[in-house]
Amino acid sequence: MFARDPLFWRAGAISSLIVTLAILAMLTADTLSVISTGGANVPAYTVINQQIGYEYVTDRNEYLPTIGGQEPLFGRIYTPGQAEALVREGKLVLQSRACLDCHTMFGTGAYYAPDLTKAWLDPAWEHLWMPMTGTHTRADAMAAFLEHPQQYPTWTREMPDLHLTPAEARAVVAYLKWVSSVKTNGFPYGFKTATAGGT
Amino acid sequence: MQQQLSFPQSQSLALKYFAAAIVLFGVMVVAGILASIDYVHPQFLFPILPFSILKILHIDVLVIWILMAFMGALFWLLPSEYGRELVGIKLANLMFWIFCATVLAVAAIFVFVQTGPGNERTLWLVNQGRKYVEEPRWAAIIVASGVAVFVYNVVGTAIAAKRTTGVVWVIILNLTPLFFLYLIAFPAPTNISVDQFWWWWLVHFWVEATWEVMIGSIVALVLMRLMGTSRSIVETWLYIEVALVLATGVLGIGHHYFWMGAPAYWLGIGGFFSALEPLPLLGMVVHAVYDAGEHHMKMTNEPAFYWMMAEAFGNFIGAGVWGFMITLPQINLFAHGTQWTASHGHLAFWGAYGCGVISVIYLALQSSRRAPYFGGAAWKWAFALLNGGMIGMGGALMLAGMAQAFYERAIGGSTFNAFVSASSSPWFLEGMGMRLIFGIVFTAGYLILAYDLLTIGRRVAVATHAGGPARAPAE
Repeated sequence: MFARDPLFWRAGAISSLIVTLAILAMLTADTLSVISTGGANVPAYTVINQQIGYEYVTDRNEYLPTIGGQEPLFGRIYTPGQAEALVREGKLVLQSRACLDCHTMFGTGAYYAPDLTKAWLDPAWEHLWMPMTGTHTRADAMAAFLEHPQQYPTWTREMPDLHLTPAEARAVVAYLKWVSSVKTNGFPYGFKTATAGGT
Repeated sequence: MQQQLSFPQSQSLALKYFAAAIVLFGVMVVAGILASIDYVHPQFLFPILPFSILKILHIDVLVIWILMAFMGALFWLLPSEYGRELVGIKLANLMFWIFCATVLAVAAIFVFVQTGPGNERTLWLVNQGRKYVEEPRWAAIIVASGVAVFVYNVVGTAIAAKRTTGVVWVIILNLTPLFFLYLIAFPAPTNISVDQFWWWWLVHFWVEATWEVMIGSIVALVLMRLMGTSRSIVETWLYIEVALVLATGVLGIGHHYFWMGAPAYWLGIGGFFSALEPLPLLGMVVHAVYDAGEHHMKMTNEPAFYWMMAEAFGNFIGAGVWGFMITLPQINLFAHGTQWTASHGHLAFWGAYGCGVISVIYLALQSSRRAPYFGGAAWKWAFALLNGGMIGMGGALMLAGMAQAFYERAIGGSTFNAFVSASSSPWFLEGMGMRLIFGIVFTAGYLILAYDLLTIGRRVAVATHAGGPARAPAE
């Protein structure tokens, strides 16, 4: 009986590998074009110069990021080169401080601290941290908190002081603003964004 | 039955890898317990040893101990397949000590240095900050070298022996992606979507493909030794499992691409193929039960047999059923990134890999200690406490995760306030409290396991099977 013949199943293993790898290769090529910076789902780093939102689109039955008019970050507009350098620095800070070993991003990480996918749009910056830090913009509140988190505890789980320099804190804010513009197929669902603008 | 080790050099090497694996298993347990206390008492050890460092130790040591146990298992089992000693024993011995020294050095860096400035130098010397592969790049190079030496021993010995079997071919072909995928541990792309896209190739294709094939191959070799199952049956089942793992698991990677910026077609492809991923794991259960029944549960090594059964069932339940529960995108939208995922992670790693390598270690110890029969009470206590503790932890984490899925994700919309609200809910807090209690149960099981592994076969009274030894193990 063929089903008891190991060679039959070996052929099955080899052919399933070939077929699925071929499909994976095609989908990988397509996906990389969509997720590369400036691709269909991932805006260029200069999006940090613009207003970003997150809205429910009824006819698509999905939450989508919105990109609006100009909105300077820390009071300035960045050239493509400056924006890329700033966001790059933000990523290096994120890795060097092991942020995703407490937080998650796109839901991937360590589940001990809040998800950062839409952190830039979180209403808590305006309701909680702007008054606490005495700042007048969301970006400044975020930077102030990141520099000295131990000064602004809000919950029993505190963020440790990771000794971010002012420049590093600003770079992380830029990174989070850029990440909030990525189209994520409706994740997170039902996120209620900050109402005011504020840079 | 008194017998000498057939391949003393390779098998002594294997025992070293097993010993290191079991010690590191303990380190993982300690780090896990400390991290779980943080959920109940967040100020515990804070800020000296923050949660992130405990988490890194817990999951990185997990990868290393399982990897070392895999290496030990193949160093033990393959010489019999080849009919000769491994070709690179000296190199593997040297690599063992380098590996151990590296693990110690990296652990010290994580505990005492922890993090560094946001530049490439930190990624090279201190911490890469990418889950599962946080080890700095210098250490990652040594891990890659260790895997390369392992590959050399497996492939080189096959060439020197001029002899391969079906199982050996599967292992050799599987080691190629296992090695190359690890190289994804090095880059740090700015674009987080691109970063996570490739990072999942490493994590998914290790854990849900190459490691599954590896443990399937090890189970195949073990079943031949433990129960005398015929090679053609074992190879048939292995090919079935490999065919199903590849047919479902390669495109099953799509379930990691739902929410990280990738196109929407991954929702359908990833959901469909990952929903089928339990199939090969179910096949392993059928295989194990079939063999056990065929041989009327007669064996000379009780712990090896029952841990192998636990592997088959645990893999199916933890990786298969628990994974299926959260893999469809409609559910994953709410369950992803909560303690529900952690529940699946714990049960899957334990069921698929932890139980399997413990079985191999018992098998190896029986030969090395020349014991005709392995039994007694200690392994049963360890078995019950470890598996009971793990099931309890899995259930508790699921309870906490469901509270998050409801309160934080479905109702609260995943804001900071929603996260805090869900994490302060009674369901969540009770879940994390129960997880800690079951974690302590698991720790007790680990201690008894360590005691049993050190002493079984050396204790004066060795229990014998009621029906007497059915078959002495071959090496």
